[in-house]
Amino acid sequence: MAVPSNIETTFLLGRLDWNAIPQDPIVWATGVVVVIGGAGLLWMLHKYRLWSYLWHEWFTTVDHKKIGIMYVVLALVMFVRGFADAIMMRLQQAIAFGGSEGYLNSHHYDQIFSAHGVIMIFFVAMPFVTGLMNYVVPLQIGARDVSFPFLNNLSFWMTVGGAVLTMASLFVGEFAQTGWLAFPPLSGLGSSPYVGVDYYIWGLQVAGVGTTLSGINLLVTIIKMRAPGMTMMRMPIFTWTSLCTNILIVASFPVLTATLVLLTLDRYVGTNFFTNDLGGNAMMYVNLIWIWGHPEVYILILPLFGVYSEVVATFTGKRLFGYTSMVYATVCITILSYLVWLHHFFTMGSGASVNSFFGITTMIISVPTGAKIFNWLFTMYRSRIRFELPMMWTIAFMLTFVIGGMTGVLLAVPPADFVLHNSLFLVAHFHNVIIGGVLFGLFAAVYYWWPKAFGFRLDPWWGKVSFWFWVVGFWVAFAPLYILGLMGVTRRVRVFDDPSLQIWFVIAAFGAVLIAIGIAAMFIQFGVSIARRDQLRDETGDPWDGRTLEWATSSPPPAYNFAFTPVSHGLDTWWDMKRYGQTRPRATYVPIHMPRNTGTGVIIAGLSTICGFALVWYIWWLAALSFAGIVIASIIHTFNYARDYHIPAEEVRATEDARDRQLASAGV
Amino acid sequence: MNTATQAPGDFWEVEPHHHHEGASTSIGFWIYLMSDCLMFAVLFAVFGVLGGSYAAGPGPKDLFDLELVALNTAFLLLSSITYGFAMLAMVKENTRGTLMWLGITLVFGLLFLAVEIYEFQHLIHLGAGPQRSAFLSAFFALVGTHGLHVAFGCLWLVTLMIQIRQRGLIPANRRRLACLSMFWHFLDVIWIGVFTFVYLLGMI
Repeated sequence: MAVPSNIETTFLLGRLDWNAIPQDPIVWATGVVVVIGGAGLLWMLHKYRLWSYLWHEWFTTVDHKKIGIMYVVLALVMFVRGFADAIMMRLQQAIAFGGSEGYLNSHHYDQIFSAHGVIMIFFVAMPFVTGLMNYVVPLQIGARDVSFPFLNNLSFWMTVGGAVLTMASLFVGEFAQTGWLAFPPLSGLGSSPYVGVDYYIWGLQVAGVGTTLSGINLLVTIIKMRAPGMTMMRMPIFTWTSLCTNILIVASFPVLTATLVLLTLDRYVGTNFFTNDLGGNAMMYVNLIWIWGHPEVYILILPLFGVYSEVVATFTGKRLFGYTSMVYATVCITILSYLVWLHHFFTMGSGASVNSFFGITTMIISVPTGAKIFNWLFTMYRSRIRFELPMMWTIAFMLTFVIGGMTGVLLAVPPADFVLHNSLFLVAHFHNVIIGGVLFGLFAAVYYWWPKAFGFRLDPWWGKVSFWFWVVGFWVAFAPLYILGLMGVTRRVRVFDDPSLQIWFVIAAFGAVLIAIGIAAMFIQFGVSIARRDQLRDETGDPWDGRTLEWATSSPPPAYNFAFTPVSHGLDTWWDMKRYGQTRPRATYVPIHMPRNTGTGVIIAGLSTICGFALVWYIWWLAALSFAGIVIASIIHTFNYARDYHIPAEEVRATEDARDRQLASAGV
Repeated sequence: MNTATQAPGDFWEVEPHHHHEGASTSIGFWIYLMSDCLMFAVLFAVFGVLGGSYAAGPGPKDLFDLELVALNTAFLLLSSITYGFAMLAMVKENTRGTLMWLGITLVFGLLFLAVEIYEFQHLIHLGAGPQRSAFLSAFFALVGTHGLHVAFGCLWLVTLMIQIRQRGLIPANRRRLACLSMFWHFLDVIWIGVFTFVYLLGMI
C-alpha cells in the first residue's frame, strides 16, 4: 500500500492516535453538546424501554412507509448540521474585514464549506427526496410495497452509514478541505495527506451503494408493480418524475462510484489517474465527476416538480393542465441532463466549439422547464385556489425558481461564465434553484403528506411563520451574493480586504438568521402539531380532497396499504372513484402476503461503516475483517428462504372494520 | 360530488391478486447489470484517455503476451458455454447435470483468474506495476475490476451450488441461477471489449 512514509502508523490503530482529536474550542464545545445530548437520548430510550420497539418496528422494518419516514428523519437531522455550517460561514464572512481574521482559521473554514456542500446534497437533499419517493410512490401506484423490500432497508442503512462517517470526521480527525467535489490534484495525497479526503471518499461510497440500490428498487417498482389499468400515461406526475429521477440515479451514480474508486487508487495504491506526473490527467476527474454531478441536480429537482404538480392540481381542484406535455418535458429534461456537464467548467479551456455546444444544450433545458411553469400557471388560471401551505410554497417556488433559472441561463453563456465562474454569483444561483426549487418543494411535500403518514395535520400558524421567514430570509441571504458576485468576489474566501464589501456580507448574515428562525419555526410546528394531534386529527384519509391513490386509504395506511387492489380507468384514479361514488369493497378478506422484517440490512451497513472507518485510518486488519464480515453476512442472508409471512384474514377484517367505523364517524 | 355518470368499470379487484413470486427479480438484476456496465464504461473511457500515457515507460507491445491472453479468453468463453449447458440441464429438471456443468464453469472461471493473477504478478515483477504510468494505472484498474467481478462470480457460484444441493431446483434457486447466468455472460461481453480494445488494439 502506498502509505506516505512521513505518516506514522501502528498495526493496531493505523494512523489513529490522540492527535486525531481536533484542538479547537468550537469543535470541543460541539463535541461536549453532542456527547451530553447523545447520552441523554440513550438514557431516555433505555428508561422508556424503547430499544426493542425501535429495533422491531423501525430499524429492521421492510415497510416502505416506515423506511420513507426514517429517510426524512435522517435528512432533518443532517439538515441541522448542514445549516450550522452555513451560519458559521456567513458569520465568518461578515466579520473578517479590516485586518480581522474572523473566528475560524483557514483549516477549519475550508472543512466547513466542504462539509456544508457534501452534507446538504448527499445527506439532506438525497435522503429527503428518496424518503418522499419511498413513502408516496408505492401508494400512488396502488402497490403493497416496493419490489425488493429488504434492499430498501439495506439502502437506508447504507445512507445512514455514510452520514455517520461524515459526522465522525468532525470529532475524530478532519474533513476534506477541498470543496464538495474534491478536485485533484488538491484532493491527491500530495496536497491532502491526512484523513479529510478519505472520510469524504468512504462516506460517499458507503452512501452511494445505498443510493444506487434504492434507485434500482424504485425503478423496478414503478415498472412492475403498478395497479391494473394504470398505464404509463395514467401514472400520477409525482410517480413519473420519480421514475425519471431513478433512471438518472441508476445511470449516473455508477459514474460517481467509479470516479471515486480511481481517486481512492491514486491515494491508497499510488496510481496515476489524476496526478500531475507520470501521465495522469486531473481534468479527466473534473469531466467524470460532473458527468455524474449534473444529472445529480436533476435527480434532486425532478421529484419536486412532481410534488408541485400534485399540489397545484389538488389545491385548484382541477386536473393538471397539459399532463402529456408535463410528462414529455420531464423525459426531455432527463435526457438533456446528460448533455450539459461541461458547462460547469467552461473556463477549463475546451475551446469555443465545445463550449458553444454545451452552452446551447444548457439553454435548451430551460424550454421544457418553462413548459412546466406554464402548465402550473394554466392549471391555476381561473380556478378556485385554496391557499393552504403547500400551495403557498408552490407559488414561492415559482417566483424564486424562475429567477434562479434565468441566472442559470445567464451563466450558460460561455463569455458571461468566464466573468462569473467561481464567483458568489454562481453560489447565489445554485442556492436559488436548490433552496427555491428542492427545499421549498420538500417543505410543501412534508405539509401535504404529513397527514397521510401520521393521521393528523400540521399546525398551519407555525407553518406560515416558517414560510415567511424562509422565503424572506432566502432573498435577504442570497440577493447580496448575486451583487457581490457581479462585483467579482470569488467563492470560498475566508478574509476580505475591501471594506466596501462588508455591508453585503452583513446583510447576507442577517438573512441567514431569518432562515434560522424559519427552521426553528418548522421544528416548533412539528412539536406543536404532535401535542395538538387530537384537534388536528384527520379521520377521512383524504384531508385535501386529493386526486391520486394514496388518498384512497386510511391515514396512516395499514401495513398492506390496500386490502384490495385498486383499478385505474384514467388519470387521477381516486378522483374518479369519488366522482363515480365508488367505495371500498367489503368482500371476503383473504390473507395478505407480506415480506418479513430482517436485521441483515443493519448488520451489513454497520460493517460497511466500520470498514470505511478502518480504511480512513489505515487500520488494515479491521478493514479486512469487516469486509469479510460483509461478504459472510450477505451469503448467510441468501440461505434464508423464509422471507415472507401472511397477515391473517381476520386481522385484515378487523383493520378494515375499524376503518369503516372511522369513516362513519368522520361522516364520509 | 357528481355520481350521475356511469362508472367506466370496477375500481377494485375483489378477487385476490396473485403476484407472480419474484417477477421483478430478472428486470431488477438486469438494471443492476446496466449500472455495472456504466462503471465499466467509465473505466474504458479512462483507458481511452490514458491508454497512450506511457510516461516513458513500457507500452502494450513491451508487455502483453497475446498467446496467454488468447488462452485466457478461451477459458472465459468456454465457461460461458458450460454455464449455458447448466441452464439447459436446469430446464430439464436435471439437478445432477446442472451441478456438474456449474462445477465445470467454476473450474474455467478459476483458471481464468489464475492466468490473470500470473499476468499481473509478471508485470509487477517487470517493474510495470499500476504506479509506473497512467497507462498502466488504467490497464490494471480496468482488467482488475473485471477480474474482481469474476472472483465474486465464482464465490456466488459456489454458494449457489451448495444451495442447489440443499434444496434442489426450487423456483428461488432457478431465479438465482438465471441472475448468475446474466452476470456471467455479461462478464464475457465485457471481456470481449477488454480483449479487443486493450490487448488487440494495443498490439497494433
